[in-house]
Amino acid sequence: MIIAFCCHYCAYAAADLAGSLRIQYPPGVSVVKLPCTGKLDVQLVLDAFEHGADGVMVAGCMEGDCHYQQGNFNARRRVNYAKTLLQRIGLEPDRIRMFNMSSAMGKKWADAVTEMDETVRGLGPSPLGRRA
Amino acid sequence: MIVAEQKPLKEIQSLVGEAQTVLIVGCGTCVTVCFAGGEKEAGILGSLLRMSARMEGHEKSIGEVTVQRQCEWEYLDAIGDRIAEADIVLSLGCGVGVQALAERYPDAIVIPGLDTKFMGLPLEQGVWAERCAACGQCILGLTGGICPIARCSKQLLNGPCGGSSKGKCEVNPEIECAWQLIYDKLNAQGRLDLIMEITPPKDWRTGRDGGPRKIVRQDLRLVVTEEA
Repeated sequence: MIIAFCCHYCAYAAADLAGSLRIQYPPGVSVVKLPCTGKLDVQLVLDAFEHGADGVMVAGCMEGDCHYQQGNFNARRRVNYAKTLLQRIGLEPDRIRMFNMSSAMGKKWADAVTEMDETVRGLGPSPLGRRA
Repeated sequence: MIVAEQKPLKEIQSLVGEAQTVLIVGCGTCVTVCFAGGEKEAGILGSLLRMSARMEGHEKSIGEVTVQRQCEWEYLDAIGDRIAEADIVLSLGCGVGVQALAERYPDAIVIPGLDTKFMGLPLEQGVWAERCAACGQCILGLTGGICPIARCSKQLLNGPCGGSSKGKCEVNPEIECAWQLIYDKLNAQGRLDLIMEITPPKDWRTGRDGGPRKIVRQDLRLVVTEEA
């Protein structure tokens, strides 16, 4: 299971577009819509892993195009911080990754999910197991 | 504010040891605004300890609670039930908070999750600098509002020393020479006369040399003693 925290203004719409265009991508991704990736809190990421997520994607607007000016840059900092926290407890930092895309990039969304799916499959299931 | 940093996770884990039920107590004041021990940090640390324990093959019950101020009894009294249930209490308060918990709950095993660093201010988000050393006898009125006790590496009262070079301290070129700052400030204000006199040695009895310090204000006490 991959949890994808998606910005309302870009990646969420891109995922929607990918669906409308019938672009195929791996099904094991669960989308959580955020008003902006700047809303991302490290605690949210840790909650996802604690409840058994194998990977976490954070998908925000193209750099420079954030609806709220710099929410996606804030998210990138937090993703990097989350990577260090995962490392501290022995989880692979590659289990979390930041992506940038616009709302018109349905194909980019599908590619991002495919890439993340491949990365996570390479790492194997999270040792924390799945919890309800 | 009091500025602190979270201890390394390994050190916290070693302090927690074999305890099964851990209560992380955050503090909602100084250590919240320096992002070391507030509600958010307590939550993150709780998640890390739970996940880490599970990855090592055992489950720990780790709860979190954050009080407004760990250094006042009233706030600590409100979490008595939670503390009674815990094998160990992991305080994310400053050193005062840890001791307040340990004093209020004598039976509880209280451990620190932070290293308390100094009294200072945020220069920008994510950067804090020391400003006060709590020496007990403030001389900022003579030094243009720049403290040579907290900011001069040698705590000189008559500086600068020979180690001041181009406004920087010989201890570390990133440290600004406090006495250069003091000189520049007083010079700009036309008040250099304030530091022309030699300042006599400081009476350190008001600082740590006088032992642990205490303030008693009879006008504020609710129980007035006879000698008041």
